[in-house]
Order: sequence, then C-alpha cells, then structure tokens
Amino acid sequence: MRESAEDIVIVGAGETGARAAAALRENGWAGTVTLVGHEPRAPYERPPLSKAVMVAAEAPQPPYILSAERLRENDITLLTGCAVTRIDRAAHAVELADGRRLGYGRLLLATGCSARRLAVPGADPGRLHYLRTYDDALALREQLRPDRHVAIVGGGFIGLELAASARSRGCGVTLIEAGPRLLMRGVPADIAAAVAARHQAAGVTLKPGVGIERVEPAGTRQVLVLSDGSRVECDGIVVGIGAAPNTELAAHSGLAIDNGVAVDARLATADPDIFAAGDCCSFPHPLYDGRRIRLEAWRNAQDQGALAARNLLGAGEDYTAVPWFWSDQYELTLQIAGLPDAGVHTVARPLGDGVQLNFHLAADGRLVAASSIGPNAKIAKEIRVAEMLIARRAQPDANALAAPEVKLKSLL
Amino acid sequence: MSHANAWIEVCAADDIDEEDVLRFDHAHQTYAIYRSPDDVFYATDGLCTHEHVHLADGLVMDHIIECPKHNGRFDYRTGQAKGAPVCINLKTYPVKVEAGKVLIQLG
Repeated sequence: MRESAEDIVIVGAGETGARAAAALRENGWAGTVTLVGHEPRAPYERPPLSKAVMVAAEAPQPPYILSAERLRENDITLLTGCAVTRIDRAAHAVELADGRRLGYGRLLLATGCSARRLAVPGADPGRLHYLRTYDDALALREQLRPDRHVAIVGGGFIGLELAASARSRGCGVTLIEAGPRLLMRGVPADIAAAVAARHQAAGVTLKPGVGIERVEPAGTRQVLVLSDGSRVECDGIVVGIGAAPNTELAAHSGLAIDNGVAVDARLATADPDIFAAGDCCSFPHPLYDGRRIRLEAWRNAQDQGALAARNLLGAGEDYTAVPWFWSDQYELTLQIAGLPDAGVHTVARPLGDGVQLNFHLAADGRLVAASSIGPNAKIAKEIRVAEMLIARRAQPDANALAAPEVKLKSLL
Repeated sequence: MSHANAWIEVCAADDIDEEDVLRFDHAHQTYAIYRSPDDVFYATDGLCTHEHVHLADGLVMDHIIECPKHNGRFDYRTGQAKGAPVCINLKTYPVKVEAGKVLIQLG
C-alpha cells in the first residue's frame, strides 16, 4: 500500500456497498471511507421497489439505508452519479468518468448486477421497462394504471412480484416465460406450481414455454407476437429476464471472472488489496463442497458487505452464511434457505391451509435446503430453524421433519 | 388517561413456552410477550421497527427475538436493536406474573 493506505474506496452504493461502509465504522476504521455510486441518491433498499413502491397510492420516498445524516455522522463520503472507469492496480487508484482519480489502500467492488436486455426484432428499447433502480420503479409505476394491460416478459421473481403488484393496481397482466415453468432457477417445481396457481387465481394469464418472435408497434400500444402464434396486445412491456454481474471493471484490471468477480471464501480477489461482495461476486461455499456460487439476494448482499468490511480490516473470516431469500406475492411469502438442487430427496412437512414446506436432504441425510410458500407468519420460523440446521450440517430424522407435531427447534 | 400505567392481563403463564413469544393485541396496539429460557417474562412493542411485521411470528433464541421478515434482531429484555437491518430500538414494557397470570403495564 502507498500513501493512500488510510483510504478505503467502495465501488457501488447499493445494499452491499452501503452495509460495508457502515460496517467499517462499526468496526472502528478511522481512515477515510468513500462510497462511489452511479445513481443520483443515497443508498436505499431495493426490495420494496417491486412491491410497496408499485402499489402505494403516492410514490413513497426510497427507504434509505444511509441517509445524508447517517453518512455525515459516520464520516462516509458518498459520490453520487459517478461511474468508475478503471482500476489502476499498480498505482492503487480508481479513475472516474469525470476524470478524477481516487487513491485507495483497500478497494471493495460491490458493483451489483445489470438487467439482462431483451433483444427481439421490432422491440423499441425506449419502450421496454426494466426494474433495477428507484427511478426505474417510478417510471414503471406510471404504467400500472387501472384498465391498462401490461405484458411481463420473464417468470422470475421480479416479473412475478410485478405481476402481483400490477394486478393489485387493477391492470390486466400477461406473463410470458420462455422456460417450461416459472422460477426455473433455484425454486423446486411444486413451490413454483403453487406460485403459478396463485397468479392464475388472481387473473394473470401465464404463458410458459413460449418465446417472443417479435414486437410490433400498434399506436400507443404494442403487440408481442409469440412463438406459439398468439399475439399479446398491451400498453406496456416489462422485462424481467434475469441479471448479469457487473464484472467489466474487474475484468479490465486483470482480475479473474467466473460467473462474477471470482473471490475466495474471505471475499478476496487474487489482489490482496481488492475484495468483492454481493451480487457481483462468485465465491466457494463451504456447506456445498466448496461449489462456486453467486447469489442475488438481499441478505447475502448485506452479510457479504459487512464481512467484506471486516476482512478489509484484516479479520480473515470466511463467508459461511446459509443462502436465504424470500419473495412476497399477494398474501403469500416464498422462502428458501440453502440450495435445493443440492438435495437428492425431499421430505414434505404438512402444515395445512395450503402451506407447503419441503426439506431437501443430501444422499447422506444431511439437510441442505428448505423451501416453503405460505403466509409469512406460518413459514418464517420453520425456515429459520431449518437454516440453523443446515448451518450445523445436521442430519435430522426424516420422520421428525415430516411430523408437524415435532417442534423443529427440538431438532437443533 | 385514567388507565395509564394500569396492569393488563395478557394470558396464563403456561400459554407461552420457554424461549418463545406470544402476540398480544390491546386497545388497537400490538405487543409481543416473551418467556425467556430462564423463565422470565418480558414485553415489547409487537411490530419490528424496520417494516411493520409482527415479531411474535419470529423466532426466539436465548434473549433475542428475530423478525420473521428480514431477520432484524432485538434483545427483547432491553429492546436493543442488534444491527442491520434494524437500527431503531423496540419499546419495552414492565411485566409481572401473579397467580399464574402474565400482566403487562402499558402507558
């Protein structure tokens, strides 16, 4: 490290970057902390963008993680509207699009993801909505007016949460998914089927297994021509076909990329002064035989931000948290702890009232995941206990898991 | 407020397992009543300070209540928020057990 050893720079002011900045101060770091974000505002929480921000009568302010006041109290310098264009590893500096250079002793990449873009003939990019930022959410809100029809491309979490929000605002919704079913990535088929049923009951037209051939303009409306020959005329098109990690900066500075910025269990890159955390990085997970994974999840973003901060200060801790995420649609919550695809057999715990809770066990009986859908109040505790069992590499008795009268907590 | 500081009966002590929590609604407010692993009763406001979620649907581990939504954690003895995403403490209320009944002092 050079003269800038007392400077920590964080690239990316989303959940991960903000939590890391706060955690540096909580852990006693007395040097500078500079948070560089490309958006025009202070860091805010993104989960409400597809839900509360869509359905509220008046657009709420973004829920700030670090308000101007907290930034000041914690002596965190936030640079908004700034793109980092280059890392000069030899000189320990980053270059900004406006020509500024920031020296760093340690650097954290928390660059997140970008929405995958829909590329089909006839689609006017200016008339496609995506959802990553608060500004995206405000623009999309305007589309969700009663009696309008929206086409949602992609049956992942963003598309489904927006479908639920659009229905609650009185919009007609057609959801088109190229894969054979909803939520192909990481969600067991029976849970996805419950999600599909709930959307159909709410009046959403689901079109799984269908591609988009082209988009045709129709005055103020647009028509999607689908691979099954059907046509969907709509007032707005929303695209939620996944996200790709923002790795260009790391790649151009010679750091390894492997489905994200490749880091070790401590979230360090091969450069001892550069770490990466959150959606943008892939890391080996010790609970899954060191398999390299990348997570796009709120809690992971927080936890990795906090851990990266400690490791920037030399703590040397491994990231071992059980993957966990949730999605709210209508009155239902879907929660998954662990990686269901690591399981070879599934034990269902009957909880009644349409609540589904599955435990996913490896060949040796070790609990590797739990998946559930139902009212949050019915499933949250069970998933939380399952998460602890997963973290402990427990091999719980399958009969006990299947017996709702046996308290899960008693298996800890 | 003639009823300020009155003791309100919540439930029978046996209605709450050790290391568990019960929701209690009273006069348009909601509370969470805890029984610790060492068999002491506590009470806090019922909603998480992060988003409006009932804490009584969350998990009690030792002296921590964890919000069922985003895993915000509080020490339910003091109401202290234990870190992100929660940064605002929970309000706590005096609790006593008399003749097998749990009572909470509001106001």
